[in-house]
Amino acid sequence: MSNYYESEDLKKFAAIGKHAKSLADDFFRYYANATGTDGALTKREKALIALAVSHTLKCPYCIDAYTTQCLETGSNPEQMMEAVHVAAVMQAGITLVHSVQMQNHLEKLVP
Amino acid sequence: MSDAVVLKLARRPAGYEFTARLEASGLALRPLAIETLQVNITKLCNQVCRHCHVDASPARREMMSAERIDKCIEILARHPDIANLDITGGAPELHPEFRRFVEGAVGLGKHVMVRHNLTVQLDPHPMTGASQEYLPEFFAHNRVEVISSLPYHQEYFTDAQRGGGVFAKSIEALKRLNAAGYGRDGSGLALNLVYNPVGPYLPAAQAGLEADYKRELASKFGVVFNRLFTITNMPINRFRLHLEKSGLSEAYMEKLVSAFNPAAADGVMCRSLISVSHDGRIFDCDFNQMLDLDARGKGGRALSIFDFDFEEILRRRIEFADHCYGCTAGAGSSCGGATAA
Repeated sequence: MSNYYESEDLKKFAAIGKHAKSLADDFFRYYANATGTDGALTKREKALIALAVSHTLKCPYCIDAYTTQCLETGSNPEQMMEAVHVAAVMQAGITLVHSVQMQNHLEKLVP
Repeated sequence: MSDAVVLKLARRPAGYEFTARLEASGLALRPLAIETLQVNITKLCNQVCRHCHVDASPARREMMSAERIDKCIEILARHPDIANLDITGGAPELHPEFRRFVEGAVGLGKHVMVRHNLTVQLDPHPMTGASQEYLPEFFAHNRVEVISSLPYHQEYFTDAQRGGGVFAKSIEALKRLNAAGYGRDGSGLALNLVYNPVGPYLPAAQAGLEADYKRELASKFGVVFNRLFTITNMPINRFRLHLEKSGLSEAYMEKLVSAFNPAAADGVMCRSLISVSHDGRIFDCDFNQMLDLDARGKGGRALSIFDFDFEEILRRRIEFADHCYGCTAGAGSSCGGATAA
């Protein structure tokens, strides 16, 4: 049985341009401009954001790629782990802040 | 082909067509000068680092003879164009003729660089047990440029690459160099650090890392230094073995190949440096030396210090092979750090 998320498959990312190529080209150009250059944010800061998003969206390809990218832009494991904690507390906070909705509704039901 | 040559071939990559890549990029890399004589005087070292391309360790015994050191000094004396002596190893300070070699070259007015691993100041000599605590004052007295590996400004990466306890000892050694004036503004005593990645990835941009190192080492340890050189790990010998054991050899080569940078290739160090082994042979660089890829002159003869012909060496064809992608990836890599902005 074959597996999903083979690490070798990351190399095939560019092959999404096999169909609807102009859209893929647009995406990769946008991707390179957004993540691969120093702008108002440094490439290092962008890599840490991408690492956090990779965890939030649970993408194994992205976690591998941005672990390396963080190291290659000069981050260290402490900084990388702090970025993941930011992602984790955002997810926890998003869950918890919805309890306000629960409490609002509770107050309607149990005045 | 001898078993030894087969073993060496297995310890370097093949099949990635480096020379074809140079040609396709319109690069004909010829020697430009011989500004630096880099001499590897011993493979003996007090450390066993994971990435070491020399496979140096306390068990190695290769040493340049006193006569060959004399020959190197004679070459330096005869050739004013060779302005720099770069002494490396192993830990070159463990060689019994180390001090004489430094003083001989300094006496000729040469700029002397020593690849100093820091901990050798504090560890006893692996063979004699002697102390090397004299080194900071000796370096300062001879105004040697000290170039020292420190894989990171934190313990985690440093000890992972160079062994447990190395970071703490390195900081102590750096403090002693600072106390001797090294890295201090206005002292003229250059202390440069070397970063190389702990694993199979490329170094971060040199300028940004240098700023990090300066901020962190000063604020946490009161340590100062001049410049940081970023160096890419070369996929040969001990590091190659580590890559193969981890199943990462192919991925690392693909990374180096895909990051090929013609601007970095143009600045490779073999165009202005030659490397001498402990037995007096001449190579295009220390990496070629470790792979027995001799520099060759007229008629393909292997070059050596015993019949040193400056013009013949300058006209040689540089011996490139696939490990050279390590010097041309990304911002480039050399004994003086990145070679392209």
